[in-house]
Amino acid sequence: MNVKDLKVVNKSVVKIDSMSLALGKPSYVADFKPADTLYVKMLWSPHAHARIVSIDISAAEKMPGVKAVLYHGNVPRVAHCTAGQGYPEPSPYDTFMFDTKVRYVGDRVAAVAAETLEQAEAALKAIKVEYEVLKPVLSIDEAFAEGAPIIHDEPDATIPIPVPYEPLKNLVAHISMEVGSLDKGLAEADFQFDRTYETQYAQHTPIEAYVAQAYLDPRGRIVIVTSTQVPFHCRRIVAQCLQIPVQQIRVIKPRIGGGFGSKQEVLLEDVVAMLTLRTKRPVFWEFTREENFRTGRTRHPIRIRLRMGVKKDGRITAFGMEATSNTGAYGGHGLTVIGCCGSKVLPLYRADNIAFLGKVAYTNMPVSGAYRGFGATQAFFAAESLMDEMAEAIGMDPVEFRKLNHIRSGEGSPVFEALGEGKKGVPMTIGSCALADCIAIGAKEIDWSRRTPWRSKTGRYRRGLGMCCLMQGSSVPEVDMGAASIKMNEDGSFNLLIGATDLGTGSDTVLGQIAAEAIGTTIDKMIVYSSDTDFTPFDVGAYASSTTYLSGEAARKAGAKVKLQILNTAAEMLHLPVSELDTAEGWAFSQDGQHKLSFSEISLYSLYQKNQYQIMDTASHITHKSPPPFSAHYVEIEVDTWTGAVQVLNYVAAVDCGTAINPKLAEGQTEGGVLNGISYALTEEYLFNAKGKMINANLTDYHIFSMRDKPPIKAILVPSYEETGPYGAKSVSEICINGAMPAIANAIHNATGARLYTTPFTPEKVWRAIQAL
Amino acid sequence: MKNTRHLSFSVNGEAKEFLVAPDEKLLDLLRREGLTGTKHGCGTGSCGSCTVIMDGKTVYSCILYAFQAEGRAIETIEGVGDFDNPHPLQTALVEEGAVQCGFCIPGIVLSAKALLAEIPQPTDAELKVYMDGNLCRCTGYEKIEVALHKVIAAGSCGGAK
Repeated sequence: MNVKDLKVVNKSVVKIDSMSLALGKPSYVADFKPADTLYVKMLWSPHAHARIVSIDISAAEKMPGVKAVLYHGNVPRVAHCTAGQGYPEPSPYDTFMFDTKVRYVGDRVAAVAAETLEQAEAALKAIKVEYEVLKPVLSIDEAFAEGAPIIHDEPDATIPIPVPYEPLKNLVAHISMEVGSLDKGLAEADFQFDRTYETQYAQHTPIEAYVAQAYLDPRGRIVIVTSTQVPFHCRRIVAQCLQIPVQQIRVIKPRIGGGFGSKQEVLLEDVVAMLTLRTKRPVFWEFTREENFRTGRTRHPIRIRLRMGVKKDGRITAFGMEATSNTGAYGGHGLTVIGCCGSKVLPLYRADNIAFLGKVAYTNMPVSGAYRGFGATQAFFAAESLMDEMAEAIGMDPVEFRKLNHIRSGEGSPVFEALGEGKKGVPMTIGSCALADCIAIGAKEIDWSRRTPWRSKTGRYRRGLGMCCLMQGSSVPEVDMGAASIKMNEDGSFNLLIGATDLGTGSDTVLGQIAAEAIGTTIDKMIVYSSDTDFTPFDVGAYASSTTYLSGEAARKAGAKVKLQILNTAAEMLHLPVSELDTAEGWAFSQDGQHKLSFSEISLYSLYQKNQYQIMDTASHITHKSPPPFSAHYVEIEVDTWTGAVQVLNYVAAVDCGTAINPKLAEGQTEGGVLNGISYALTEEYLFNAKGKMINANLTDYHIFSMRDKPPIKAILVPSYEETGPYGAKSVSEICINGAMPAIANAIHNATGARLYTTPFTPEKVWRAIQAL
Repeated sequence: MKNTRHLSFSVNGEAKEFLVAPDEKLLDLLRREGLTGTKHGCGTGSCGSCTVIMDGKTVYSCILYAFQAEGRAIETIEGVGDFDNPHPLQTALVEEGAVQCGFCIPGIVLSAKALLAEIPQPTDAELKVYMDGNLCRCTGYEKIEVALHKVIAAGSCGGAK
């Protein structure tokens, strides 16, 4: 396949929903409130760890406008997992719609539905709760300490797959692997390193907070309209929580205001569905920004100990990683995120001796979950920081050191087979890999040759250059599935129906391009409709960097099948063999150029004239590989050595995402991920009081970067062709968030000599590190 | 409704009368009037997705009481362009791929529109300061900046309006 021959793919067509969004047309969950809607407010736990001794809702029930109050005494007790993952989930069933125990500040206590928000709020104050406050567990060390309070002491907490889960030890997951011998590898090394890194609590902060509504359709089925990344998992989990058949539920995802992993979680939908069922009224629930911070999901804080060995000639002899995460009060995504610390990072560099140990702790802190990058973000900070330290120790340029060691096309890694999602992984040989090009192109763009050693730098303001290399994956092999259906209309347009979930990434556009290419038509003929469990085929949803690669291949296969039907009908109409026909730009034609039919003529014939049938088909896709995109990031910074303030001056991200289906959208993914990464590296963090309560739960005290804060970011798409992906595509969205933290850490070192092992790199932390030199 | 009072101001050039509670925010009033292009993002005037233009200046409608708009001229995204005739800012943002989830975009359009009415040829520093109040989590602002520079260079929406 020559990418140059493509007509629709690899073109920056305009994102199909972008004008309607720019015009402010009603598009999001909160824009479609039915008349007669009830409003929800939740009473949240003020304590990090407490038992509910008694709760009295009787006064609240009598308050004006109140239509229903939910608490543990009047809903089914069903152990489940809020993480939207495949079934059975690789996460514990440790959550209940409402429980007799609260496990973090912001845990659910009781919900009120009332005619107005104010009435619901007033009713919360009338709920009388008596708590027995328990000692909270506020860190990984406290969780695993002898005699630690047990956070999940309920007997019904279990895990639905056969993996270690020991809630009585606050242990959510435990995984390990070793290839060769780490000790032997360290012994063979000329230089040995043992370093520990710690990353902080941070949040996705999509500008649209969590929001969902539910109503009954005329036949009494529950319709949930929600800002979700996982409509099908949402339907399954709500059915489980309410103990009703999946058949009774329809989930619709309209446009959503960003997700980044936070909405791969079912945090509101069970409550709005239950309240709708109780009241027979539409129910609407939107988190405030404060609720979004406290109760919404976060990035796992992870402590990573690396033990590595390197020879003087630059060969890595040992790569050992011990990662321990704080998953907070509930364990969804605990096992999979810690697994990705190893599986997405260790294979990047060749080493004969590799070991990984992952542990996940329950604490009484905010609940961690899926967040773009998914463990690789934290582990790449550690690994790519140490790569620079090792390069310095052996006197090699960091770029040359990486070029010597990184994985290449045709090579495998034992890690792929060893680490899967709650089970063994899938062996894989790297197909496409343009990392060497990324490294070279990025180095040229930032002008790496001007990099000088930190010891040569003086003065208050010191500049530094830093870089790192990255890989990710594209879908979870032999687990994730996506499907697409395509149907042809009289005017030669097509309905593309996909379960895949566009959370602003542009996947509706990208999948439309792929289907149009496969059919042989133009993007303007595609009517894309996604993420409606009644009307679109199944898809696991938007996570694991899967949509373009996995659902894209389903769209391509469905398109190819529809093209064949079009050709068959055209052959019948033209009395020519199918083998002499092809399609392009909405026409079927004979290859000798003598005959052609418009798709409209073909469709009208198939629907109305002879041997009538609906031209339509469907295709599903699973993958047997998770081909990594690769990337090299480069950054130039300036450190104010008097204050410790770090300013990013220039950022370059060269990324190999295979064929970019839509180059502008792929660049946009990269630029957005990079700035989120920079913001995470420099400023974003949850601050807590001594009782485990977040004290900066607003967008003023939790700062995310604005246009004024941003440096110039240059995204460079470096082509490769992944044979297993649709038209050569791999993923692009997650990898780009992982580079800023290590690249900036390396640049701070290059500017000042200070090496930071904990994040974020606040002025105080940088200043102290400089003072300690 | 408790303690309601009548209020009048213009929305997108049309004189309107409303019945509002004294503590109702302008954002909530606009949204319940069906003008849902103005978004609720934070409720504290920190993210800018609720931006509207009041007498030519941008305001955060989530922290402005509705009564503070009395007698004023309010402009919302619904008054700026349509499919047949989008505003140059909307066209540029769409063409440059600056619209990802799109939740911040109405606020970005209104802020940029107010800026260009005030300073038709802003410097890069002026642009960044003016747009500082509109947060976007998807794009890294790179393509938004490109789109705004394109409109500035074309001079297609300078001057007071």
